[in-house]
Amino acid sequence: MLKILKYSFFDLIRSRWSYVYLLFYLLLSFVLLFLNQDLSKAVITLMNVIIILVPLIGTIFGVMYYYNSKEFTELLLAQPVKRSSIFLGQYLGVALSLVMSLVLGLGIPFVLYGLFQSGAIWNFSLLLITGAMLTFIFTALAFNIALYNENKIKGFSYAILLWLFLAVIYDGLFLMSLIMFETYPLDKFTLIATTFNPIDLSRILILLKLDIAALLGYTGAVFQKFFGTNLGLFAALSTLMIWVVLPVLNIARKAKKKDF
Amino acid sequence: MLQGYFKSILLIVVFLIGANTLYAQIEVCETCPYSSIKKAVAEARSGDTIHIKKGTYRENKIVIDKPLYLKGYDYPVIDGLNKADIINVFADGVRISGIKLINVGSSYTEDYAAIRVSKAKNFILEDLILEKIFFGIYLEKASDGIVRNNKILGDAVSEHNSGNGIQLWYSKRIIIKENLIQKVRDGIYLEFADHCIIEDNISKDNLRYGLHFMFSNDDSYADNIFENNGAGVAVMFSKRIKMKSNHFRYNWGTASYGLLLKEINDAEIVENIFEENTTGINIEGSNRVNYLKNTFKNNGWAVKVRGACYENKFLENNFLYNSFDVSYNSKLNNNLFLNNYWSSYTGYDLDKDGFGDVPYRPVKLFSYIVNRTPETIILMRSLFVDIIDFSEKVSPVFTPDNLVDKAPLMRKK
Repeated sequence: MLKILKYSFFDLIRSRWSYVYLLFYLLLSFVLLFLNQDLSKAVITLMNVIIILVPLIGTIFGVMYYYNSKEFTELLLAQPVKRSSIFLGQYLGVALSLVMSLVLGLGIPFVLYGLFQSGAIWNFSLLLITGAMLTFIFTALAFNIALYNENKIKGFSYAILLWLFLAVIYDGLFLMSLIMFETYPLDKFTLIATTFNPIDLSRILILLKLDIAALLGYTGAVFQKFFGTNLGLFAALSTLMIWVVLPVLNIARKAKKKDF
Repeated sequence: MLQGYFKSILLIVVFLIGANTLYAQIEVCETCPYSSIKKAVAEARSGDTIHIKKGTYRENKIVIDKPLYLKGYDYPVIDGLNKADIINVFADGVRISGIKLINVGSSYTEDYAAIRVSKAKNFILEDLILEKIFFGIYLEKASDGIVRNNKILGDAVSEHNSGNGIQLWYSKRIIIKENLIQKVRDGIYLEFADHCIIEDNISKDNLRYGLHFMFSNDDSYADNIFENNGAGVAVMFSKRIKMKSNHFRYNWGTASYGLLLKEINDAEIVENIFEENTTGINIEGSNRVNYLKNTFKNNGWAVKVRGACYENKFLENNFLYNSFDVSYNSKLNNNLFLNNYWSSYTGYDLDKDGFGDVPYRPVKLFSYIVNRTPETIILMRSLFVDIIDFSEKVSPVFTPDNLVDKAPLMRKK
């Protein structure tokens, strides 16, 4: 598995798209920091960008890589290598190269602008952790979609749809249901519904940093406990972990059974 | 050597002259002829000065019924033994300074205070330290007094069995300056207190309000800091209050406000800073109030208008990075928003006059939704919410369409 991981990883970091992705983040953070010297403000702006963009890139890259390397995969399958290690190796290769672009792209400008001397280091590490988590989650979801669909066009459309659903439509449905059932006690439902969407979970991590004053304005013991203590942070982070583990397990399961 | 000798002679001479003048100097210490303040006060004549030396005096109900000056050296402690009022002032022209008062008794039927001033005028209470108190300084039907540079530290845990730091009741023309008030119920409480001036105080960590007005008119407060109080500052049922250059910050909670206005008429709110409060200003039934040049920064809601508010003006304020700038729960709007700076304004200024050419709508659709269904707050900053806010901005349906800032500032003041 490590060999395949290494191969995929180096294959990807040599590719043009990794550089484009890296350059994009470099440019974004340099411009942000150039316009606004305040590190913590820049972190907050980046958080907003990251929860939308990282899932999109992760899904597209994941699907693209799977379909592009399909012939190579079939070649590998003819060798005496475990199936799960082929696919997990490829998955980790993609995800790690994306995470590396993200970390370097955001990290270099911030370190140059004096991250270690500022108080923003915790928020910045939270930003990187959230970004990395989202990359792992959405690349895994993309691999799942690709494994289930032989047709490239179908696979791409499902991947885009998945992103659109989790980034926009889910919140729309969520909002509608909250308004429709407003006469019922909803705080538990609200918190549970957010755990079904990794983008929402990451957004909550941002809210905890940014809008804590407004969040505490809501009267409800469950909310108060969730947002008022560190419980919210840990709950969101651990649910994100579950979101990584489950799709990865499914990749291994599906890869074993699939006909090529 | 010679100089020191000379000095001590001079001191003795001065002391003798002092002792022979009309006003006596009485000394109280543990080994002096007077070892009890109560006794010294009882035997002093009008206008005398009582010098209280370092030590602990276990006394309460010290009644001052003539003009006296109680002066403490190195903060002598008067321990009230948790029983009753410690000092009662019933006479005009009393001055008390430099004393530490501790252990005021608490009661459910009587408002015991460290210092109570009743029906007196021209008093000065200064440089006092008050600890473990029920009520700190209680002024009833008093007037023309000064309360300054005191440190009041309570240990209040719950609202029903704690008292206020400085309480004014039917008092006129009191000046309250440079006090530090912590951990009591209301930091400063004014009831039927008119023409008072409250300046440069710090009121923080109090259970209820940092400053609380009830039925008090023509007062002003300026340059105070109100921090981390249970519900911020409340101004209720009062007229013509001036609020200037105060700092309201970190008032977090479901019923927490930087400033709560209820039934306030003709007030001026100028150059205050509201920072990181759940609600910056909560306005209810307040008319003809001018909000000028205030700064609202990082609040949950900068301004929450609850209704029955007419003829209010919001001019030249800065609204910076608040989760919600303005929230309205009614369509009715006789209020004016003009020339404010809004950090989320996205318009442009083609004629370069410093004012945006596109009107700004401070009420977002999402704030309307959150008003209706509070749980939806969890969707804040979601892409979907941004999209519906944008479409509402383009063509307002739910939010009051006449609620606009026609000429928002391009740069903050």
